[in-house]
Amino acid sequence: MADVALPSGGAVRRSLLAGNALPLVIFIAFALLPLIAAFKAEAYVLSLVTRVMIFAIAALSLDLLIGYGALISFGHAAFIGLGAYAVGILGAHGVHDALISLPVALAVSALFAWTTGIVCLRTKGVYFIMITLAFGQMVFFIGTSLAPYGGDDGLTIRMRSTLAGLPIFASDRALYYVCLACLLGAYLLCRALIASRFGRVYRGARENALRMGTIGFEVYRFQLVMYVIAGMLAGLAGFLLGNATDFVSPAYMAWQRSGDLLIMVILGGIGTLNGAIIGAAAFLLTEEWLSGLTEHWKVIFGPLLVLVAVFARGGLIGVAARLQGMLRG
Amino acid sequence: MADPVLRIENLSKKFGGLRVTDDVTLEVRPGELHAVIGPNGAGKTTLINQVSGLLAPDAGRIAFAGEDITRLPVHVRAERGLSRSFQITSILPRFSVLENVALAVQARHGSSFRFFGTAADESELNEPALAALTQVGLADHAEVAAAELSHGEKRALELAIALAMEPKLLLLDEPMAGTGRDETDRLVAVLRSLKGRFPMVLVEHDMTAVFALADRISVLIYGRILASGTPDEVRADPQVVAAYLGDEME
Amino acid sequence: MSLTLFIVQTLNGLQLGVLLFLIAAGLTLVFGVMDFINLAHGVQYMLGAYLAVMFYGLTGNFLFALILALGAALAFGLILEFAVFRHLYDRDHLDQVIATFGIILFLNQGVKLLWGASPLSLPMPEIFSGSVVLMPGILYPVWRLVIIGSGLAVALILYLLVGHTRVGMLVRAGATNAPMVSALGVNIRRLFMIVFGFGTMLAGFAGIMIAPILSVEPGMGDTILILAFVVIVIGGIGSIRGAFLAALIIGLVDTLGRSFAVDILRLFMAPSPARTVGPAIASMLIYLLMAVVLYLRPAGLFPAKGRA
Repeated sequence: MADVALPSGGAVRRSLLAGNALPLVIFIAFALLPLIAAFKAEAYVLSLVTRVMIFAIAALSLDLLIGYGALISFGHAAFIGLGAYAVGILGAHGVHDALISLPVALAVSALFAWTTGIVCLRTKGVYFIMITLAFGQMVFFIGTSLAPYGGDDGLTIRMRSTLAGLPIFASDRALYYVCLACLLGAYLLCRALIASRFGRVYRGARENALRMGTIGFEVYRFQLVMYVIAGMLAGLAGFLLGNATDFVSPAYMAWQRSGDLLIMVILGGIGTLNGAIIGAAAFLLTEEWLSGLTEHWKVIFGPLLVLVAVFARGGLIGVAARLQGMLRG
Repeated sequence: MADPVLRIENLSKKFGGLRVTDDVTLEVRPGELHAVIGPNGAGKTTLINQVSGLLAPDAGRIAFAGEDITRLPVHVRAERGLSRSFQITSILPRFSVLENVALAVQARHGSSFRFFGTAADESELNEPALAALTQVGLADHAEVAAAELSHGEKRALELAIALAMEPKLLLLDEPMAGTGRDETDRLVAVLRSLKGRFPMVLVEHDMTAVFALADRISVLIYGRILASGTPDEVRADPQVVAAYLGDEME
Repeated sequence: MSLTLFIVQTLNGLQLGVLLFLIAAGLTLVFGVMDFINLAHGVQYMLGAYLAVMFYGLTGNFLFALILALGAALAFGLILEFAVFRHLYDRDHLDQVIATFGIILFLNQGVKLLWGASPLSLPMPEIFSGSVVLMPGILYPVWRLVIIGSGLAVALILYLLVGHTRVGMLVRAGATNAPMVSALGVNIRRLFMIVFGFGTMLAGFAGIMIAPILSVEPGMGDTILILAFVVIVIGGIGSIRGAFLAALIIGLVDTLGRSFAVDILRLFMAPSPARTVGPAIASMLIYLLMAVVLYLRPAGLFPAKGRA
């Protein structure tokens, strides 16, 4: 990764985990999965992994904020909800074309990110966490009060989005590959953003915002733009989620869901992008596995999270890097 | 006489009951190295902070290149060419030495709202950065993480970052703070090589460095300017000798 | 909109405010002194309620149940502190968030395991179970007055403790600059434990007092936790005074807002849209308030660490 320089004046060493090998493996695995799953419980596996990929997109966008910007947003699930409601509300009025609902989802997310970002970014530290939480709650309550669109009970989306009339999401497989394409696109976009001029200023602001100001950068503007981009990506995830579940409800925007997103990123390893994808997969797959074991799976999951927080610094990627270091001698 | 690059007029700042900056009036002429000396607690860093924009004065006016900058935010002053180094090293620890400086170059080289392309590979940013590093003698440490540098090397990096901004005025807040003899000499040599290119305000305790470099000196005691003039004038001023230099000169 | 309703709702607002203060006081201190984000504070409140129900079932007496539950809640809080939180004080907020979030999951499920998912109830003491006539035409439940009274009493005690005792001074100093306090030779770990234990008891106490009015169920701490965070953010982290003021403001704004939002909106728009928009705005009111406060004062009203 571009901003890590190692001592002994040597070139930047790329480990298996920081370079391109890991994402390559991940994406190839995602691409091949439907072919493998065709032999087993295809529908179940497809729907599960589709959800993993959708939340991976949201986790990637959150990693941009918490991993590279130290902007800990506790209201990120709101964007997922906005995206999903865009699909749902337009669908309730007979508009199913993605050429309309996707731009709407992105525009609404961008607008919400911009207006709330203006306020949030004036605060720091835990105040920032709280105010993002507050805005997330506001969207949640707006959702519960949308009586014509189901309110608390949510809204069933009767028809998946079409693309200029073409039923691109009609089959689960098609939806899977569209989500994969979106995840790949989101991943490449995030990588490009981080390495770009813009990303460098943004990352520099995390290191030393004061210094960046005295060099001539208006840090606030850079953070606001990144906040909007992250919001839009999560809105995209919401758009896909609405299509994947054929449903949207305020529950998508509950603060606990924002907490879930944070955990996904932390679990995988913040500030690595790969970690966001791995974390989303680990979180959802563990949740799925444990809930199959017992109704009271949270009793196990909870302490697991505590253990991860206390012992696994740097998340799964961090643990793997340490293991790799130990194996190398 | 040409217009002063920096003009501070009747600047005042109070922290509670303490007058940290007490009706300070000061001018920095084009091309000169103007040193500001004074005992600890005299308010030198506070003065620099007000000029660079980190602190707002209670009263008074600051004009830079003829324009009033008193109410302008930090980054706008930096954009206009007001560059500073910090007394307590303020760098980007996890970035490489080169990238620390390249960011300063980036601030003046076109838009930073470019979302594609790898910034770290841009030669139009890296070359000027390397040039600044060469000037302060850090060129062979370019790929090292800034946190790994020795204290003296970090002070040199501070200077390189300030230089890379192509300053119209350079504010140096104790660049020699905590450095050993060798590194101090090296920094003095660098500063001497820069003299005349752009005006500098040098806040320093190291009197040898000050008298070796300064064209004019202002003495700040308890927030007030006690004396201002050439090094010889200041050295001879009985008030200054009594209040300050008497203790500093061995 | 009648005067009776207004007075009753104002009292309800005060009661909510006082409850929020009990919870927020511990939270703001833990946050201010230890810089520790404790999302699990809400389950402390829930636990207080559940323990009270359990002890009431065993003793049949509210007062005994109260005392035993407080003790048990304190013990449990200290165990949590010792087993988990202690390891996280030096870590960054993200790690604290994930750990305390895990504890919420664990305990919410835990109480479901132990006591089942259906809501439980706790009867209030006989003497306080009636209503009292405050003014002609206004009948108000005595227990709610007890809650207001005990909350104000706790506020007074806290004010005296924090403002006029040595420990209180250390707490205030710790909230302003913990490393400095430690450097001065104070056993900061013990201070943390005291602060934490006290905060836990306050939250538990709130849970016990509210149990006779609300239903005791898993997850009851989650909503109140968010409100408590809003309180401490508006009040300023580390400030008891700020928490008190903010809690009362929020209690009043939220309660009165919910009661009268539709009516106020009816002054500006037709009844039908007023009835749809009203409840939504009512729920958002305190968040809007927080946004406005933070816009004007990014560190809350009375931040312990001073205005940046």
